[in-house]
Amino acid sequence: MTDEVVAALQEQIDPARVRSGATETRLYRRDASNMTGQAGVIVFAESTADVQAAVCVAARLGLPFLARGSGTGLAGGAVPPDGAIVISTSKMNQIISVDAENRQAWVEPGVLNLDLSKQVAHLGVHFAPDPSSQQTCSIGGNVANNSGGPHCLADGVTSAHVLALEVVLPDGSITVLGGEDPEQNGLDLRGVFVGSEGMFGVATKVCVRLMQNHPDVATMLMEFDSVAEGAQLVSDIIAAGIVPAAVEMMDQLCLQAVEAWLHAGLPTHAAAALLIECVGAAGQVASEMAQIRMLAAARGVANVRIAADEGERAELWKARKGAFGAVANVKPNYYLHDTVVPRARLAEVIEKVYEITARYGIDVINVFHAGDGNLHPLLVYDAREEGTIDKVHEAGREIVAFSVAVGGVLSGEHGIGLEKRDLMPLMFSEVDLSAQEALRLAFDPQLIANPNKVLPNPATCGDMHEVPDGAWI
Amino acid sequence: MDRTIDEFAAAVGTVDAVTVEGAATRGGALPGVPAVNAPAGIVRIDAAEMVLECGAGTPMNEVHTALAEVGQTVSIPSGGTIGGALACGISDITRLAHGPMRDVLLQTQFVGASGKVTKAGGPTVKNVSGFDLCRLLVGAYGTLGFFGEVIVRTRPLPRSSRWFTTDSDPFELLAGLYRPVSILWDGKTTWLRLDGDPGDVDVAASGFRLRQVDGPPPLPGPHRWSVPPGELRALRSEIPGSFVAQIGVGVVHRVEPQLRGPVDPAIRQLHDRIKQHFDPSGRLNPGLDPLAVGIRS
Repeated sequence: MTDEVVAALQEQIDPARVRSGATETRLYRRDASNMTGQAGVIVFAESTADVQAAVCVAARLGLPFLARGSGTGLAGGAVPPDGAIVISTSKMNQIISVDAENRQAWVEPGVLNLDLSKQVAHLGVHFAPDPSSQQTCSIGGNVANNSGGPHCLADGVTSAHVLALEVVLPDGSITVLGGEDPEQNGLDLRGVFVGSEGMFGVATKVCVRLMQNHPDVATMLMEFDSVAEGAQLVSDIIAAGIVPAAVEMMDQLCLQAVEAWLHAGLPTHAAAALLIECVGAAGQVASEMAQIRMLAAARGVANVRIAADEGERAELWKARKGAFGAVANVKPNYYLHDTVVPRARLAEVIEKVYEITARYGIDVINVFHAGDGNLHPLLVYDAREEGTIDKVHEAGREIVAFSVAVGGVLSGEHGIGLEKRDLMPLMFSEVDLSAQEALRLAFDPQLIANPNKVLPNPATCGDMHEVPDGAWI
Repeated sequence: MDRTIDEFAAAVGTVDAVTVEGAATRGGALPGVPAVNAPAGIVRIDAAEMVLECGAGTPMNEVHTALAEVGQTVSIPSGGTIGGALACGISDITRLAHGPMRDVLLQTQFVGASGKVTKAGGPTVKNVSGFDLCRLLVGAYGTLGFFGEVIVRTRPLPRSSRWFTTDSDPFELLAGLYRPVSILWDGKTTWLRLDGDPGDVDVAASGFRLRQVDGPPPLPGPHRWSVPPGELRALRSEIPGSFVAQIGVGVVHRVEPQLRGPVDPAIRQLHDRIKQHFDPSGRLNPGLDPLAVGIRS
């Protein structure tokens, strides 16, 4: 089968960019999650035409295909079903056009998130979604996962920053969803495509909204004797009508792990720290800072560190965004969850996370977007220790179930992928899921676009492949 | 709420053609089709979570009044019901800063063609669990399901919010001002709204020599043209006062309708397939086609 597929692809795509060797198929069998699949053929697309050719071959042969950006996804969304055609969009990495006046840009999906902001920085604008992986993750991947990031509290996630998409639909046709003009007739197909995890087609060009840089910015770090005190202050701030650009929490183990690596002067004695950033015009930033400090003082917060300059601000953010890497100072492996809970329940849920992980004898590091209640408990472990993976799996499931039970959701920004697919019934009834399935069928009647992800019930998907080895579902 | 979501679902039924009455602000019920009304009433407002939960039949004026009492607001136009506003999906004139209205819907319990109550989205301000049915339903004109209950994202009222006018070039204002809430231009005069700290608004107003006014100008209607914002400069050649354009956005308010190009067959097919899967017998707002509705003020 593979030979036939390769031949069909090489008829239309430069043969040098159609690869099925052991090296490539092994490299592309996984993403940044703990799951693996088995790629059949990898196409290194350089154009919309390449993507269309690959999708047409998949559609004609009834083979699964999936697009892949940088592979930084954490939910197994880019883990290939066995034998799939993997379409890498990494080489489609051009910024096509920039409308500086109206702050829009057309980009190819392989453009890296941070590269986009760097390339347009001279215009005084940036791309607002800023996942911690922004140095390596691609815009196409951001679209697929509707990615967030610390600074999405004030400005919204990827969906709010995508105006239009050129896409190759699963039947191989090319169309544009949304547009530069704001009020197109018809359904918001752009909106449903963003976050569809590669199951509605492949984005080949993306029109993004660029946000004005802020005239003033202030960043502060506060320390707390308990996670609950920090969480309470977050609620106080939002209830007072202040929406900072970012409100991030790190707990003690996180502070210690990061400090051991970065030496940023983090308060390793504190139970938790909040990193708060206010942006805007000078008067607004000053008044918000003053209000937040007043609210903090009322809660007995003694130590507030304010970044004195851009260097110190960058250092604090490096500490926050580098937290996942610092895990290596604790244990070699980690498993990360991504639930969102109402802000008012943050403290209770974190306490539950500590209780659950202690019961299983697993270390946990909490570093998360407190402002929007988006938890990121990292269960850290050593995969070489027998039985550990099962315990991590069980503990994770309990954390997710508890988060949903208090009015939360399964995922805030990483997506469902394979990882949380079978947890979807915690949040959605069969009726709810059938509505999502209906939308999928409208885009992909053949069920070949990244099949086996997101939706748990394979009832309508008789040709689905087995879940890859190691899938934690 | 004045009725439960299950009572609403029972009224929608499972077989016959049905439409929604609402407040008839944005078109209302289809003539000759039995009409239902969604539950009305605010369930909860939580300023610390920045969310409001209410029945889809709740009047928007009631929503805005209740939110203002706790220092919050929501980017949905006034008038009619919240369900009607979401079903039509038309943003107000603050889209430049607040984004399109479609972004405010976090979760809904809607009633589908099968008469079943269906949940889309999630109650938190951030959520990527499953496909984004909320975006599908906003602007679908009730052709895929009827909003029963909704949870929307609110935001704090600004400390200061003022309208100004000036004869300055609106494109220079767009380039120079920090995140103006709205810039409206009729070919001669520019109106703009600035929100934020009172001192910051003062600084911007004096820096750009803006004159404070009571509010925005009357908008020519009933039509809304949708053009790429990069093409708005071309309006310089038109008669001043014959339009009001939302600078940086691309909505142009006019008396005459916009001639729109043909629909891409792939887009037509996607719409048809979605309708077929969500409402195979075509009983929800029968005959209404979101692709043909056009934009109504």
